[in-house]
Amino acid sequence: MTWNWEFAFEIFPEIASAIWLVIGITIGAYIVSLVLGLVLTFARRSSFKPLAYLTYGFIEFVRSTPPLVQLFFVYFALPAIGISLNKYAAGILTLGIHYSTYLSEVYRSGIDSVPKGQWEAARAMNFSKIQTWFRVILPQAIPPVIPMIGNYLLVLFKETPLLMAIGVGEFLQEAQLIGASNFRYLEPITIVGLLFLLLSYPSAVLINKLEQRSKLGFGTRKN
Amino acid sequence: MEAYINILPRLLPGAVITVQVLLASAALAFVVAFVAGLGRVSKYSIVRKITAVYVELFRGTSLLVQLFWIYFALPAFGIQFSPFLAGVVALGLNYGAYASEVVRGAILAVPSGQTEASIALNMSNWQRMRLIILPQAFRIMLPGFGNISIELLKGTSLVSLITLTDLTYKGLIIQNTNLSYTMPVFVMLLVVYFIIALPLIILAKKLEKNASRGVAKA
Repeated sequence: MTWNWEFAFEIFPEIASAIWLVIGITIGAYIVSLVLGLVLTFARRSSFKPLAYLTYGFIEFVRSTPPLVQLFFVYFALPAIGISLNKYAAGILTLGIHYSTYLSEVYRSGIDSVPKGQWEAARAMNFSKIQTWFRVILPQAIPPVIPMIGNYLLVLFKETPLLMAIGVGEFLQEAQLIGASNFRYLEPITIVGLLFLLLSYPSAVLINKLEQRSKLGFGTRKN
Repeated sequence: MEAYINILPRLLPGAVITVQVLLASAALAFVVAFVAGLGRVSKYSIVRKITAVYVELFRGTSLLVQLFWIYFALPAFGIQFSPFLAGVVALGLNYGAYASEVVRGAILAVPSGQTEASIALNMSNWQRMRLIILPQAFRIMLPGFGNISIELLKGTSLVSLITLTDLTYKGLIIQNTNLSYTMPVFVMLLVVYFIIALPLIILAKKLEKNASRGVAKA
């Protein structure tokens, strides 16, 4: 059995039609992780120690357990305590929460790299806490880590096939169904791989460029 | 509470498989990382290009797709892996690609004066790599390897989707036979995964801390 072009062309539109679903899930999960990541960052820096430790524990726990099991937990186990989500919401939420822990680390590294003098200056100018964060610290902390933040959009995109485990009809699920009904897996799964390459490689190159540019910009400003 | 205690011994055989997959694929990933990492800094452009294609191919598509491709699509070429072997190969090649970037970065991070000095001492290429560059690069790599090992552990749960009876699969079986166990099963799964990850987390933290210690600054 070798590659069959006719079959490949026939099934390509079927698999590719899932693209909007995949993009929707990716963007949804990305928004969740961007916002929740910032919340986690703040909670971890909280001066109320129990909250800070609890957040730290949560981040470590979520980061080091498999997203697949977390997905099952959200989709199958949470209904037992009255939280019922449909498969799309469960998928978006799980991926979003999982990667929010990564993004909180990215934010943290950005915040840690803001020189201490900036905090002291903000205090000397009698800025309120909100002013300090939103006018002084975050505007300096976020831009240098933008490429890293952008990178997680790609990572999330590549994690979406996971959702086939709860029956979300993304690329891989479609390919699997086609494969099972035709007893030919080579073409459908290869097409899925090519689709991922086609969509993620150009974006990776773009982010790489962005990274080099931002390094340039911030390098000169620091000197 | 009883349910939780009930479930634990039934999960353990799965945990053993998970740890086996983890160790086997970590060993493969380690080897692949060095081969590909050294290939990326080779002086032959053809070697650099081939390894770059390999790394981009595996980093640009998802692990689950690669796993399915190896398990479901490769048989079309007459290569049929067992679920265990398919899992190990997919995990090893995927995380090997990521780890090769760590290797490459570490080799490039060794100051170029070291290379120049070893050329001045008339060392061969192989001597230079083995005696000068790699020993210094290795300690730069360690924290990266620590983090990748945790990612690898998380990745092993995907083998349950190609019917290998690992920890996740065992949990799904228990949940399927007794639906009232749904909550305890998934809580215990997460806890057991975390317990397996714990030594890796501590190791990674330690390596990160040690990375900067005792290194003479150039």
